[in-house]
Amino acid sequence: MTESALLAGQLFNGISLASIFLLAALGLALSFGLMQVINMAHGEIIMMGGYLTYMTLQVVPRGPGYLLGLLVAFTGAALFGALLELILIRRLYGRPLDTLLATWGVSLIMQQGARSIFGPIGDEVTAPPFLAGSVHVAGLDLPLVRLFIILLAAVVLAAVVMLIARTRIGLMVRAVHQDRDMAEALGINTRMVDLLVFAIGSGVAGLGGSALALIAPVTPTVGQSYIVYAFLVVILGGLGSVSGTAIAAVIVGLFSAGAQVFTSVSTSDVLLLLFVIAFIQFRPRGIVTTSSRALES
Amino acid sequence: MSMFPSHKGSRKERQDPVKYLSMNSDSSGAVLVRRLGRVFGTCAVLALLAYSPALAQDTVKVGVLQSLTGTMAISEVTVKNAEMLAIDQINAAGGVNGKQIDAIVEDGASEPAIFAQKAQKLLEDDKVVTVFGGWTSASRKAMLPVFERFHGLLWYPVQFEGNECSPDIMYSGAQPNQQILPALDWAKQKGYKHYFLLGSDYVFPRTANLILKKHIIHDGLQVVDEEYVPLGGTDFSAIVNKIQAAKPDIIFNTLNGDSNVSFFKQMAAAGLPPDKLPVMSFSIAEPEAKAMGPSLVQGSYAAWNYFQSLDDPASKKFVAAYKAKFGADSVVDDPMAHGYLDVYVWAAAAQAAGSFDPDKVRDAAVKLPWKDYVMGKTKFAANQSLVQTAYVGQLDPEGQFKILWDSGKPIYPQPYDPLTFPGKKCVIHH
Repeated sequence: MTESALLAGQLFNGISLASIFLLAALGLALSFGLMQVINMAHGEIIMMGGYLTYMTLQVVPRGPGYLLGLLVAFTGAALFGALLELILIRRLYGRPLDTLLATWGVSLIMQQGARSIFGPIGDEVTAPPFLAGSVHVAGLDLPLVRLFIILLAAVVLAAVVMLIARTRIGLMVRAVHQDRDMAEALGINTRMVDLLVFAIGSGVAGLGGSALALIAPVTPTVGQSYIVYAFLVVILGGLGSVSGTAIAAVIVGLFSAGAQVFTSVSTSDVLLLLFVIAFIQFRPRGIVTTSSRALES
Repeated sequence: MSMFPSHKGSRKERQDPVKYLSMNSDSSGAVLVRRLGRVFGTCAVLALLAYSPALAQDTVKVGVLQSLTGTMAISEVTVKNAEMLAIDQINAAGGVNGKQIDAIVEDGASEPAIFAQKAQKLLEDDKVVTVFGGWTSASRKAMLPVFERFHGLLWYPVQFEGNECSPDIMYSGAQPNQQILPALDWAKQKGYKHYFLLGSDYVFPRTANLILKKHIIHDGLQVVDEEYVPLGGTDFSAIVNKIQAAKPDIIFNTLNGDSNVSFFKQMAAAGLPPDKLPVMSFSIAEPEAKAMGPSLVQGSYAAWNYFQSLDDPASKKFVAAYKAKFGADSVVDDPMAHGYLDVYVWAAAAQAAGSFDPDKVRDAAVKLPWKDYVMGKTKFAANQSLVQTAYVGQLDPEGQFKILWDSGKPIYPQPYDPLTFPGKKCVIHH
């Protein structure tokens, strides 16, 4: 394998990482951007998606089981997100530090809950037969599971963009994002919009967890591994912007994979953090800045 | 006097908690509660006084300190089980020096700092006479100053990188020349020339690879690459890419914990399962294979001083007893066997010394004769490491190892590799 093949391979890996980060971060971008809710339990919702898929596969066999598992992960996580919003987040509206603390508590409870229910050892989600192995393209071996995750991330991104840009619900979301008070004055049920956005964001996180289960075991701490990257991507991308999150995910993924050509994984993480810190110095509002009454306050 | 004495205060006053409490602080109800409290307290103290001499006389406290949660739990929970099995068996046979063993189990939570903390708690608060525990070298390095400060005795059951010589630790796990170097010998015999070294980023893989590199180059072979992943890391996309670029004959794998699952999964997804590219792992044994799903790792190799498939009568008894207690589909591995062995050697040494004092016990331990506790004939050497045989096995589809090679006779442990750390010697007992 030549030097260029190594670089090409890392380019693919960068896109693969980007797709995982995007799935992890999209839900956070939606809730953070719209509601200024710092959801520390977001990582655990990713974990929940993985476990839901694992449980589905216990009941339904491998091939169709995984696709059903994706659906179960999305729905289960979305329902959980809705429940969390109704019971907890709604009551802490306008108090970001309290929300942070409360959701961190939820995250601890969920981690320990997963340990108590599933055990501290990770659980295996075996990829369905049609995703086993890899595809040879231009001298590279591209694993099918990673191609699937890239496809999934692209589809989810397109769906979310379509939802926000083209549907009536999306119109309401945009209105509430731009100016909450005015939207309320015009008769939009902002509470319902909050609930919906949080639920969809959690559902996407669940899908992320399900996708992640294809390449790594589902453990009680898997959420903790990805929450930092999710926040990095959201902040880099610019609060409240879906396209910003997507661009940031690609940048973070490519940077991380690129750094790993020359250094180890640990060092590339350090470099990534330094890069984000430097970027924020020059562009504090992130890649795509959006104007919103809420974010200005 | 009624069980629920009346309280002062009208309904309105009851709604103001401060006022209510102040009005009722010296009511008959509070007096009753105080009296009951005093009676109960006295009973409890009397009970403790009555029982404590009995407890002090009939039992001896030992500590069992392993990771019961976190990324290392996959490997360490079963070691704790094996150590507890040995303790239960010894207690059933009458205990040690006439006392029953009271094991205090603590969770290191896969964090070296917590291992150090719990070790101190066991030695200082619980006053245990010895501790069985640790797995990662990081945890052992964190516990070392604690054991040296309190002059306790730790029995360490896991293969490690050597390079340590503490009189307060009994090292039963393999030194590098008892596991890593025999594996290299086997690989050389098979004709492998290009080696890819992959490990988790902490002291054992780093030192192990240092020793391996020295010996590989000394033997005229080639190290094509050396890569590290953070402990618990699950992203191997770059590593797989580098492996494909470097084209090794065999991968020497010192990854630990959950990372192994991700690594094998991602290698398989990239079209490089173990039967396409040989992998020699140093932290995968029967339980890891079972947890990962044997189909993921079948055909890969491992080097240990013990396999469940070992054809040895003491081993078969141990396996049967373990399965009887923990389930018929349990599996046993090298660290579990060492943990089991450690408890028995400690008991034998304490019996021989007639005392639980750590100094007397370790003096007696290194003088004990050759005995087959569980893995063939073993004996502690004067440098407080175990003299033991090395085996190389290959994983079959059931998650058991087919033993392909052994070192012939037990290998004398060398804490300091002569090639990598020339001139250093470990001398504890003369």
